[in-house]
Amino acid sequence: MDLITIIILALLVNNVVLAQFLGICPFLGVSNKVSTSMGMGAAVVFVMSLANLVTYLIQNFILVPLHIEFMQTITFILVIAFLVQVVELIMKKSAPSLYQALGIYLPLITTNCAVLGIAILAVQKNFTLVSSVVYASATAVGFTLALVLLAGIREQLELNGYPKGMKGFPLTLITAGLLSLAFMGFSGLVK
Amino acid sequence: MSDLKYFTNGLLKENPLFVLVLGTCPALAVTTAAMNGIGMGAATTFVLVCSNLLIALLKNLIPSKVRIVAFILIIASFVTIVDLVMKAFTPDLYKTLGIFIPLIVVNCIILGRAEAFAQKNSVTRSILDGLGMGIGFTLALTIMGGIREILGNGSIFDIRLVSQDARTILLFILPPGAFLTYGYLIAIMNSVKRKYNI
Repeated sequence: MDLITIIILALLVNNVVLAQFLGICPFLGVSNKVSTSMGMGAAVVFVMSLANLVTYLIQNFILVPLHIEFMQTITFILVIAFLVQVVELIMKKSAPSLYQALGIYLPLITTNCAVLGIAILAVQKNFTLVSSVVYASATAVGFTLALVLLAGIREQLELNGYPKGMKGFPLTLITAGLLSLAFMGFSGLVK
Repeated sequence: MSDLKYFTNGLLKENPLFVLVLGTCPALAVTTAAMNGIGMGAATTFVLVCSNLLIALLKNLIPSKVRIVAFILIIASFVTIVDLVMKAFTPDLYKTLGIFIPLIVVNCIILGRAEAFAQKNSVTRSILDGLGMGIGFTLALTIMGGIREILGNGSIFDIRLVSQDARTILLFILPPGAFLTYGYLIAIMNSVKRKYNI
């Protein structure tokens, strides 16, 4: 698969939240304001690309040569948790302004199942190092796109009236359902 | 007998899926059929009960500073067991659930119950809590899977309810149907709870 196809598939056709249901928790939780969802999105793009780079190296240079592929889940989740901590520490020292902007979202990412999910999917798809990282970045940008779109719609919805029982999660989920329906329109884009 | 309330708690009052809204990713992804809901629910229940048991046993040995890492390691070990067992004995179900089996590790219900319940309570209570939460989750997944299977495929547990060439609402087994079904189910739960003051 060439890189352009990977990008279009990951960004639009198989959108990580709207078609693959990974990372639903932050998608529902952080999508009440456009500005916070931008911050969350940026943090996810950064961590996901880095996580795929590191997990690719671990898979191909440690797990496969030693024939311990069954340790994949345990190793990957530890590496991701560790990575998030390290990124947070380095950012705090060397890029305080970026840390200010992304800081609060970073710890939340450890429990974002999209990071672990995409790392495992990239291994299953036998990607090379470059396409694995490109795949992760495009997926994360797709996540940000869905998050910002939902946040924009939710900001508008707050100004309108809706049935009481729909307040909170139900309204968000139904909005997400309609967004997902719209994204299905992209499915013919790549053959 | 008084410990029984720790079991019933997870079934309805604090149902992980409909009330706490935890574990949403597998709930949306695998519930295209009722059977998948049971499979996913059983796998999650197993991990939940085992990790609650082990964490309740080890709660005095784990230093509180590294407890989250220790919890994740314990959970990941049980998930690996489930992963290997399902791969060997139920290969079809394993293929359908796919990526969501290893992802039980990051299911917030399990870490949430470890942090909020198992590390503070006795072994018996932690097992009951794990069972209750797990069965509550399984029930919720099966209901969601059942609704989507009936509307989208015209069948339940692979038993056809309408003729082969009848038109069904395909939307419900596609991704948007997952969001819509889940949204309306929570809305119904909220209304029922408000009406009867549960």
